[in-house]
Amino acid sequence: MPTLHSQLSPSSESFKANAARLRTLVADISEKATTVERGGSEEARKRHASRGKLLPRERLAQLLDAGSPFLEVGQFAAWGLYGGDIASAGVIAGVGRVEGTEVMVVVNDATVKGGTYYPLTVKKHLRAQEIALQNNLPCIYLVDSGGANLPNQDEVFPDRDHFGRIFFNQANMSAAGIPQIACVMGSCTAGGAYVPAMSDETVMVRNQATIFLAGPPLVKAATGEDVSAEELGGADLHTRVSGVADHYAVDDEHALAIVRRIVKNLNRKKDIGLVLKKSIPPVHAPEEVYGVIPADLRQPYDVREVIARTVDGSEFDEFKQNYGTTLVTGFAHIHGMPVGIIANNGVLFSESALKGAHFIELCCQRKIPLVFLQNITGFMVGAKYEAGGIAKDGAKLVTAVATAQVPKVTIIIGGSFGAGNYGMCGRAYSPRFLWMWPNARISVMGGEQAATVLAMVKREGIERKGGSWSKEEEAEFRAPILEKYEREGHPLYSSARLWDDGIIDPAKTREVLALSLSAALNAPVADTKFGVFRM
Amino acid sequence: MFSKILIANRGEIACRVIHTARKMGVKTVAVYSDADARALHVSMADEAVHIGGSPVAESYLRGDVIIAAAKATGAQAIHPGYGFLSENPGFVDQVTQAGLVFIGPSADSIRAMGLKDAAKRLMEKAGVPVVPGYHGEAQEIVILATKAREIGYPVLIKARAGGGGKGMRRVDHPDDFADALSGARREAKAAFGDDRVLVEKYVDKPRHIEVQVFGDNFGNAVHLFERDCSAQRRHQKVIEEAPAPGMTAELRAAMTEAAVKAAKAIGYSGAGTIEFIVDASDGLKPDRFWFMEMNTRLQVEHPVTEMVTGIDLVEWQLRVAAGEELPLAQDGIGLDGHAFEARLYAEDPAKGFLPAIGTLHHLSFPAEAAPGTEIRIETGVRQGDAISPFYDPMIAKVVTHGPDRASALEALADAVSRTEVAGSTTNAAFLAALARDADFASGDVDTGLIGRKQDELTTMAAPGSRAIALAALAATGATASEASDDPWSGLTGYAHFNPLARRATLSFGGVDIVAHITARPDGRFDVRPDGGEAFVLAAGAANAGATVAAWPGHVTVFENGRSFDFTISDPFARAAEIGEGTSSMRAPMPGLVKLVRAAKGDKVTKGQPLLVLEAMKMEHTITATHDGVISEIATEGSQVTDGTVLVRFED
Repeated sequence: MPTLHSQLSPSSESFKANAARLRTLVADISEKATTVERGGSEEARKRHASRGKLLPRERLAQLLDAGSPFLEVGQFAAWGLYGGDIASAGVIAGVGRVEGTEVMVVVNDATVKGGTYYPLTVKKHLRAQEIALQNNLPCIYLVDSGGANLPNQDEVFPDRDHFGRIFFNQANMSAAGIPQIACVMGSCTAGGAYVPAMSDETVMVRNQATIFLAGPPLVKAATGEDVSAEELGGADLHTRVSGVADHYAVDDEHALAIVRRIVKNLNRKKDIGLVLKKSIPPVHAPEEVYGVIPADLRQPYDVREVIARTVDGSEFDEFKQNYGTTLVTGFAHIHGMPVGIIANNGVLFSESALKGAHFIELCCQRKIPLVFLQNITGFMVGAKYEAGGIAKDGAKLVTAVATAQVPKVTIIIGGSFGAGNYGMCGRAYSPRFLWMWPNARISVMGGEQAATVLAMVKREGIERKGGSWSKEEEAEFRAPILEKYEREGHPLYSSARLWDDGIIDPAKTREVLALSLSAALNAPVADTKFGVFRM
Repeated sequence: MFSKILIANRGEIACRVIHTARKMGVKTVAVYSDADARALHVSMADEAVHIGGSPVAESYLRGDVIIAAAKATGAQAIHPGYGFLSENPGFVDQVTQAGLVFIGPSADSIRAMGLKDAAKRLMEKAGVPVVPGYHGEAQEIVILATKAREIGYPVLIKARAGGGGKGMRRVDHPDDFADALSGARREAKAAFGDDRVLVEKYVDKPRHIEVQVFGDNFGNAVHLFERDCSAQRRHQKVIEEAPAPGMTAELRAAMTEAAVKAAKAIGYSGAGTIEFIVDASDGLKPDRFWFMEMNTRLQVEHPVTEMVTGIDLVEWQLRVAAGEELPLAQDGIGLDGHAFEARLYAEDPAKGFLPAIGTLHHLSFPAEAAPGTEIRIETGVRQGDAISPFYDPMIAKVVTHGPDRASALEALADAVSRTEVAGSTTNAAFLAALARDADFASGDVDTGLIGRKQDELTTMAAPGSRAIALAALAATGATASEASDDPWSGLTGYAHFNPLARRATLSFGGVDIVAHITARPDGRFDVRPDGGEAFVLAAGAANAGATVAAWPGHVTVFENGRSFDFTISDPFARAAEIGEGTSSMRAPMPGLVKLVRAAKGDKVTKGQPLLVLEAMKMEHTITATHDGVISEIATEGSQVTDGTVLVRFED
């Protein structure tokens, strides 16, 4: 395989400036990650620990194999929302290894508003289940939640993708042979009670866990019956009398040990049906990627510089290198796994779109997973291109992306604007995982374009009425638009709303891709049947 | 030569005999008890016969069953090993009557040497020096006191039927004689049911030096030089060596001559050992040694003689028993270099050498010795085998040889330090400490050395911070990362930003340790014990100078020749304990409930003795672990196994 040679000099001023800037962005996100990883307030955490309970991240650590990677999903969910203190939307989710098996773990954080489900908590829980379903990963739910967040009930209870969908997913995953394991370590009330009840195997911690449809106050109100929480739905009752739970644990450590034992008995084998090679590191150090990315999103650079710092041996077999050059396509390996890479190197033309669709056909034919490195302002505009049928060529790419059944992983490494987002496998195209770099921006169009379009409309309106609009007035008009697009296009804004699965350190892209792809390969690669390509 | 022999023994000595028999083309038959069904000697032998229950009285002491096994398998001779039936003349008679050959001396020889005072009289007659003393029948205090005065103080009062130090008293002054005598009699009566005593000269700085002899059925007898077994702990040999340090040509000549004389006096055939006591208070002098007793069998410590003479004593035993003449005459037997043997036992030096039991979850002996030296391991156990309460808790004999005493001793200290045992407490650290003791190294050894230095030699080092960190890492169940390209194996500890910290809780010597462990991208781990030094460590065995063995509920760290046993919390065991609904106390080892001092319903306080458990020939008092009311207690006389609930408390 040809090895990519970097055209950049790490000692150049621009390289250094780029690196310094991106490192600052990463440090900022890292600091915020540390904040959300703490969970609830110090007081809430103390109260939690004083009951002999492990904190959610401690539970997670004790559950996973020592040394297991943890591919966290939705770390910044609810960032800046609901008053700003609902860390990770009150639930930790991600893929980790238990007894050598990759599993999806969902951990309620009772130190965050009692672990109650906000709209984004529900969305995150469902996203975790979606990942588990698509990638055939057993689910482990460490339950410690007060159920639906009552003030937000209208946004968590009734709709298709609301609370009820959790149990719909459990039932259907179980039906698909994807194990559902619940470990109740705290309260689990009302609708939440169905998480353990709908699971294949359930563990409960004595004197800590309770499962009931209605708690003691509600029972008292309804029937006048005076009953303690433990009597009403404790571990003893449910493991000895009701059969709602299967395993009785004396404390968190014991409960987690039981869960590990359950996983050990799942009898699952990861069977990757691809030709794997020996993993070798890239020739060019992944950390150098910091120096590759220009500070200005609009400044072009060769995306091969990123690929060279991501793939095994920096080896890249390019496809149609001289055709549709604004889209780079080719084969490589990541940690020994074959991948087809589709990366933006400028605005999409008809040729680039055709090339991309062709390449996706190749990968689907050969069952090779696809990696999208997304940095796209959109499709080329103008009369010549419209006449050239760029819309139908773009549609071919979108069709190919939408219907490709090989695992797709998308990383937004720069801009993600407009229809380019669709053609490059944005969220709506169900990549198995979608990650964002801290420098990335996502919106229907760039803030600059949006401001220009809106200003133009405004100017036309004013001038049609005979008025006039000064440059200063226009700048004043544009400023909040630019600010809005900057704010709403920011990765944290995106992550907070779960438009992506998380913000990652660009230097760790290779690791994230490797873990994502390997996790995805727990599910067999299905045959692809493409839709009609408009010719 | 025999075509098939039966070995009426177990453990390392049975394995030892099988080795030589196999080398000589002789088939072997092993015998085994219930507890030994999967023992090493059983798997090594060509055939094996089950001879009964685990207690020795039901198996290895059942001469009739053993002889029947020999007849049934067509064995022509029986090798008794040491212990068990090896010095039982009645058994020898039965073997002979059954038309089989006993690989050892005649019943008459054994009888002649069996009673200590009779043996001494016999030796005196043969011109062998014996310790000045009175071995007569008279037991009146007046006569004994007079004899003591004639011998000269200090004197030693010993039980006639004795052994093991019981019924033994040192008396320095005539005024103390009466008290000492009654004390010795009381103990002798209790231990042997015979309160008769003898009086001997007390040797102030005694050394135990013994001479290996060999006789055949043609009247030949030779010696194979001496062994020094002065390094003793309460009359138990700990480290033996050959030749004796500081031995002079004159003393050796005198001792070996006396030994051969003794053997010839009883027409001895086979391997035997003449034990002498040597007064080393004024150096080794040819007129300061006295006959103690003769052991009419192969000794535990015979390998040191083999190492310095190059002679296979078991082979000689077989040849002599098969009617051959001794393979070598006296002038053909030479002395080459120096050899040591250390007895590795499952016992706890820190608790008065309390015998221990357990499963040898990890067992590793050093394979290579320093250039010019040799290591030889004699063992009857493998990794995974159990040290049961039924037999001697010996794990192995570590034997080394070198061109001189210093190199052989260094090899011994090194070999013992590199021996790794997890699953039972052992005396390995004590052996290593003794091998490195300055007095021992100088050759200034007498039988009191260990007693004088016991505290120093049995002080257990506390684990260093690195050992603690290694144990904490092992407690998380972290294993060496598998050779896999799967990123889920290889990208250890990956997190988008901050790796997860796993907590390990463990304890050493009752002190709890908590450590926080995070995986690093290079596959190693950052281990940060609370209040301790942080380390970067690899899981599994890949840390220089240290080995870690994890076994149920424990992690043992071997570091710099020391081993540290940490207890880790097993959630399932803890849950089982809690699940009983009451707190309880369990038997630490199998044994007999000898005495019960509390009853159901009694209110007891922490530390109060509740019952006495007899196990491993020792009495263990079980005391209340906390205040409480007893809801259930074991009954007196009941046999319990390891982990049986002895006492339950009410909630």
